[in-house]
Amino acid sequence: MTEFAEIWTYLSTDPLLWLTLTLAAYGAGDALFKASGRKPMVNPVLIAVAFLAVLLQLTGTSYATYFAGAQFVHFMLGPATVALAIPLYANLNHIKKAALPMIAALVAGSLAAMLSAVGIGVALGLDTNILLALIPKSATAPVALGVSEAIGGSPSLTAVFVITTGITGAIIATPLLNLLRITDWRARGFAVGLASHGIGTARAFQVNETAGAFSGVGMGLNALLTALIAPIIAQWLLG
Amino acid sequence: MLRIMIIHLATLLAFQLLGEVTSRGLDLPLPGPVIGMALLFVTCVIWPRLAETIAPTTTVLLGHLSLLFVPAGVGVVGHLDKFGSDGAALGVAIIGSTVVAITVGALTFVGLRKLTGTSHD
Repeated sequence: MTEFAEIWTYLSTDPLLWLTLTLAAYGAGDALFKASGRKPMVNPVLIAVAFLAVLLQLTGTSYATYFAGAQFVHFMLGPATVALAIPLYANLNHIKKAALPMIAALVAGSLAAMLSAVGIGVALGLDTNILLALIPKSATAPVALGVSEAIGGSPSLTAVFVITTGITGAIIATPLLNLLRITDWRARGFAVGLASHGIGTARAFQVNETAGAFSGVGMGLNALLTALIAPIIAQWLLG
Repeated sequence: MLRIMIIHLATLLAFQLLGEVTSRGLDLPLPGPVIGMALLFVTCVIWPRLAETIAPTTTVLLGHLSLLFVPAGVGVVGHLDKFGSDGAALGVAIIGSTVVAITVGALTFVGLRKLTGTSHD
């Protein structure tokens, strides 16, 4: 009989274990989310991340070892981003009808996201390198990471900010928009997508199909705008 | 069923690949998947049957979009020290700016819709 320590030595460095645990942790988080009656506070991503982070700490496993397994899940972000074209296309008629409000909301919302983050950060005395990583946080993960690297921020720090922003948006969107008395699913979805990318969009799809589609549009358009504007804000911050 | 999903997935990957090549080839500041999304969108406008065909697969993929963020999120373990010293300030900046962005975005959308008289549907 092989010692558990030996089996663990194999398992802990093999991609299979961490890939399995990533799917299982998310599955458990999703089950809790459904059992809670889909409460936004019970966020499956947050549950899975917290569980896995604690597990890595307890077992002394490095993030690089974890990621060797989890990268197969991470890789699917690319095709999923491409797939957003389909709900976008399905809502083409809605989009054409609301083109002007969308463009205005995009520019105002995108600037508000980046400038308010930097403004609050400066006021609270955050370091410049943290501020740079904070600028693209409302954009979808693959875009935000690329932008962060281009403007001299830390991509792995940005990854964490992107996730935190997404979860924040998913949790606060419904109560906040109800408080603002906004009933138009297009406006609600669009604002959530531009502010909190894919995690907000995943949440929007759970609430309403139209909101989800517009959230996807907001996320896609803000990815484009963030890539264009973030370098200008970074230059102004450093100048 | 699986064979069809594989073909659909290959289609998505092909558009991503096209996006990567375009992004690098033309030195664009946009990531490959975003360009791939734009190219797939344009292709669907020209050839609507493509959207109908791959919709079952994209619905499944987008229905589980949250899962795909877990690996990047676990990266938080490498930055726990920063969250110790700057955690509160970062929390305020992230929550504050998300509230501001959603509020500004939604109010601008509704304001412009009323201004231009676009229908509410």
